[in-house]
Amino acid sequence: MSIELKDVCHTYSKGSTFAKNALNNINLTIESGDFVGLIGHTGSGKSTLVQHLNALLKPHSGHIFIDGEDINADKSRLKAIRSKVGLVFQYPEHQLFDMTVYKDVSFGPKNAGLSGEEIKERVESALTMVGIMPDMYEKSPFELSGGQKRRVAIAGVLAMRPEVLVLDEPAAGLDPRGRDEILNQVKKMHEGLQITVILVSHSMEDIARLVNRILVINKGEIVLSGTPTEIFAQIEQLEAIGLSTTQSAYIARDLRNKGFNLPENIFTVDVVVDAVLSELQAR
Amino acid sequence: MLKVTIGQYYPADSFIHRLDPRMKLFCTMAFIVFIFFVNNFLGYAMAFVFIVTVIAVSKVPIKFLLRGLRAIFFIVIFTAVLNIFFTAGETVVLDWWIFRITLEGLLNAGRMALRLVMLIIGSSILTLTTTPIQLTDAIEFYLKPLKKIGVPAHEIAMMMTIALRFIPTLIEEMDKIMKAQMARGADFDTGGIVKKARSLVPLLVPLFISAFRRAEDLALAMESRCYRGDVGRTRMKQMRFASRDFAVFCVILVFVAMVFVLNYIAALYGIW
Ligand SMILES: Nc1ncnc2c1ncn2[C@@H]1O[C@H](COP(=O)(O)OP(=O)(O)OP(=O)(O)O)[C@@H](O)[C@H]1O
Ligand SMILES: [Mg+2]
Repeated sequence: MSIELKDVCHTYSKGSTFAKNALNNINLTIESGDFVGLIGHTGSGKSTLVQHLNALLKPHSGHIFIDGEDINADKSRLKAIRSKVGLVFQYPEHQLFDMTVYKDVSFGPKNAGLSGEEIKERVESALTMVGIMPDMYEKSPFELSGGQKRRVAIAGVLAMRPEVLVLDEPAAGLDPRGRDEILNQVKKMHEGLQITVILVSHSMEDIARLVNRILVINKGEIVLSGTPTEIFAQIEQLEAIGLSTTQSAYIARDLRNKGFNLPENIFTVDVVVDAVLSELQAR
Repeated sequence: MLKVTIGQYYPADSFIHRLDPRMKLFCTMAFIVFIFFVNNFLGYAMAFVFIVTVIAVSKVPIKFLLRGLRAIFFIVIFTAVLNIFFTAGETVVLDWWIFRITLEGLLNAGRMALRLVMLIIGSSILTLTTTPIQLTDAIEFYLKPLKKIGVPAHEIAMMMTIALRFIPTLIEEMDKIMKAQMARGADFDTGGIVKKARSLVPLLVPLFISAFRRAEDLALAMESRCYRGDVGRTRMKQMRFASRDFAVFCVILVFVAMVFVLNYIAALYGIW
């Protein structure tokens, strides 16, 4: 599943006094099997961009190709495209509606017209993936805790078995343990199911730990793109647009300035800890 | 996806925008009553001149105004058609099969359509140039005398303010939920009426839940800022009649008087 965006522009409330240019000439390619992190300041256009990937928003100019197919060319293909590209919205728990957890998660597969057996299999595997146990299947989704609701909502998208999974800040508002669990699940799925994952996040730590490519968006334009090593080396550019590198990278930099012999371009907790330890041993 | 222009505010700085909301509300009401009283060409011509002047002064683009009209276009046509066919009259224009169109019917239809259009333009000018908050303040002002007989004027006005304030929020929310369900393959457009109604469940349940959640949050937020209703409450923005409001009031009075006098003269000499 390769994704390609060509000169994509989007303006909200086009033609009125409240017109707001949210995307400006976006050009990018995402290869099959990539784990891409999308970062940018609040209001930079991340959510707008990801909603274009399954044709929930249409570009006002430009094209989006998935596996070479222009997704806005044929309306009758929309459903197929939306089941290929699964999108988990910001605060997805606000979309829960059905009487039970099980029924809610089966909404997607049902819409895809699957048979009862297949629905059951998919719902159960999706709920298992996000760590919801069978004793919760018959509960009302509204009785669950915030974190559990979030998991059920994510399972609702996973049950569609998308080939591309787009997550818009899936860990926002969760406790540290909950966010690690959910993100580790995503990582596992990426490795296990060989799917393409696009992760929108404000946490540089999470991005540094998980992805193999980073896209940086600012004011509706892609300003940087590359591997985490490349991106996190450009501290000045990141700070200029209201972002930062990881806490660990800052610590490494400060220690380096204090005379520690640490390599450049280290930014994840584990790597920095190892480097500091071996430096201390060497002293 | 969802465009609502009726009841929308158009931010601009014009004479009409600056008028006291109470005066604007009064004038709009007077205008509506006026439209339904006049029944001759002269009255309509005057009303037309009046409304065009107001639009010009208000700086609201005509395109913006007409877009709001589009939504009620069908109601106008429907009313006109009903009037054409169901007005009894003598001067037959067309008589074919079961259809019988009379001159009176045509005139009646034209009059009704004109009235409706002017009514809607008149009230949209009010909402386009007055923020919802100002408008409810004005309504509260007019409801105040009813407090004596136990009508909770302040509470009604506050409820209206909140309702108006939350329309865009709810529309936004609905848009978001709709997209989220569409991402799961929901289909809101095709199918028969039963299927369509059922497809609304995944939309309406989350919408209601979020509306209730918002209501609770808002109530808590208001209480924690010591809101306790009308008693002893003062305003941050006092409404004050300015000289321009009196000027407008006088102009309106003269205008209405003129129409009635002209009307009288016209009737006297049998014109129109
Ligand atoms: N429905 C809408 N109507 C009008 N403008 C919008 C709408 N949604 C977003 N915008 C505007 O478009 C811009 C991009 O918004 P977007 O939601 O894509 O930002 P974001 O990068 O996801 O931000 P955040 O990190 O806060 O989620 C913002 O300036 C926002 O004000
Ligand atoms: Mg966002």
